[in-house]
Amino acid sequence: MRILDGGLVTTVQDTGRYGHYHIGMPPSGAMDQFAHTVANWLVGNDDSEATLEMTYVGADVEFEDDAVFAVTGADMDPSLEDEPVPTWTAVRAEAGDTLSFEFAKEGTRSYIAVAGGIDVEPVMESRSTYTLIGIGGHEGRSLENGDELPIGEPAADADATVGTSIDEENRPDYSTTEINVVMGLCDYRLTDEGRRRFLDADWTISDEADRVGYRFEGPDITDMFEEREQPFGAGPDVTNVVDLGYPVGSIQMAGQPIILMRDAVTGGGYVTIGTVVSPERDALAQCRTHDTVDFNAVGAEEALEIGRERDDLLEEIRRSL
Amino acid sequence: MSDRTIAKQELPSPRYEYGGDDWVFVELDEAMSFDANFKVQAITQEIRRNSLEGVVEVAPSNASYLIQFDPAVLHPDELIDELKSLEDEIDVAEYQWEARVFDIPVFYDDPWTHETVMDFRERHQDPDSTDLEYSAEINGFDSVEAFVDHHSGAPHLVTMIGFVPGLPFCFQMVPRDEQIEVPKYEQPRTATPSRAIGFGGAFTAIYPVPGAGGYQLYGRTPVEVLDVDQELSGFEESMVLPNPGDILSFRQIDREEYDAIREAIENGTYEYNYERVEFEPQAFFEDPRDYNQRLLEVLE
Repeated sequence: MRILDGGLVTTVQDTGRYGHYHIGMPPSGAMDQFAHTVANWLVGNDDSEATLEMTYVGADVEFEDDAVFAVTGADMDPSLEDEPVPTWTAVRAEAGDTLSFEFAKEGTRSYIAVAGGIDVEPVMESRSTYTLIGIGGHEGRSLENGDELPIGEPAADADATVGTSIDEENRPDYSTTEINVVMGLCDYRLTDEGRRRFLDADWTISDEADRVGYRFEGPDITDMFEEREQPFGAGPDVTNVVDLGYPVGSIQMAGQPIILMRDAVTGGGYVTIGTVVSPERDALAQCRTHDTVDFNAVGAEEALEIGRERDDLLEEIRRSL
Repeated sequence: MSDRTIAKQELPSPRYEYGGDDWVFVELDEAMSFDANFKVQAITQEIRRNSLEGVVEVAPSNASYLIQFDPAVLHPDELIDELKSLEDEIDVAEYQWEARVFDIPVFYDDPWTHETVMDFRERHQDPDSTDLEYSAEINGFDSVEAFVDHHSGAPHLVTMIGFVPGLPFCFQMVPRDEQIEVPKYEQPRTATPSRAIGFGGAFTAIYPVPGAGGYQLYGRTPVEVLDVDQELSGFEESMVLPNPGDILSFRQIDREEYDAIREAIENGTYEYNYERVEFEPQAFFEDPRDYNQRLLEVLE
């Protein structure tokens, strides 16, 4: 597969790179794991195969061999040889065909899966791109005009998948305005009033929103915290803590709330007050700069139930294919 | 008991917290101490040894740790029960380990971090001084030189790796009343040179790659702490140089030595100066000055 135009930020991603958080290595991987997984299944791949993740503005790619592909996630008006192609559907391309995209109409991130997977060399058992230290994907960076990506051997029945499609009712809509979070970690630092104000406020995604994290704009946070004599080693600000680990999906309060995404910084010295439930990290990955969301506190059991509902939906989709 | 010993800190009951549906955060103490860190390291090593089904990540930090798990395999309450019983079983008094002692040359007050420090004065508590001048003053030192002598005068224990791959957080191996403490920048900088030596709270950090940062900046080391391609000597086992439990000795160098080491790093001929030692916490607590002196002798 040849890249004719890299779009805004297009990277190779898979389910992520695990087991290295303790050396400061975040998982990376597709920001919207649901869309990544379904794209792979549509073309007969295992969900561990790598896909292309495109952000806001799609790429233009040329297939060098006959291929079966599927596009999921944000709708960027894909077209093959200038003919519109359906999303959430397995489609056949012939050698030499060009697949192109426009600006995302709804949602932020779109995924292209190709039968056989994007077959770049795995690094630490993952093909995911982590640009900060330049590993994984294609040369550890976003794709550019002229890059060539190897495609793996498709499953024997890949051709039979052409035309299969996900039911409309099982496709996510990307107009989420409420994000479920489990409050906790160091939320004891919030006053009762501060906690209420955090959960009641509308938070707007700033233009500092990328694979590392989303910074939000909203009310002043400094008076949401309990004044205290700071513990040794924390530093004097009310939002300073002794440097600790940040879960992916956690909300840290560094001047404004920041939610850490899949290229997260793995730790630091700003207070964390809760964690977005894992399926809703996918939803957040499809929210756009200037979108406004509010946070809804759920308990641990409810969070697990939300996770199970997503697993059940994926299972239903898998059975339908 | 002389004031040269390091007093034992009694730890409160740990806090076990849910992180969404797939993480558990355990805080052994809100304050930093060697006791909290040693217990964190001992527990997380035991969790790794037990390899509980469904555990995805085990990440120790300074006085707390994080576990990521697969909720389809392991219920967080079952995990927390397991962690609580480990917490009861582990006796840190018996705990000791093989550490590597590294010589880390540092060009304090170097031109590159100085330029960064001056570029971001408006984000700092004291825009009219440098980070070194400010830190020396609020810690009661008469001069920047005395402050630098203190920072490089006793070794530092690596107590956490994180933020970005390979970044060591280091806690100086001296009694609490001799430890430096400084705030982080009021607003984080958007730029930090690679290999910058920073300080925030009670921790020294070495920034492996250029990027954002909130720590006060004191200098720059010519040596790498992250080598993604594992081509330099010292990186045979891992792309990161020190692990938690290793010891760093910061040594003041000048521009000439900085340039010479940098050249050796760039042409791949630099040999890191480090030795393996058996680190014994009790002996260290009883007489840190004498113990540190013996530790550093292995580098000579």
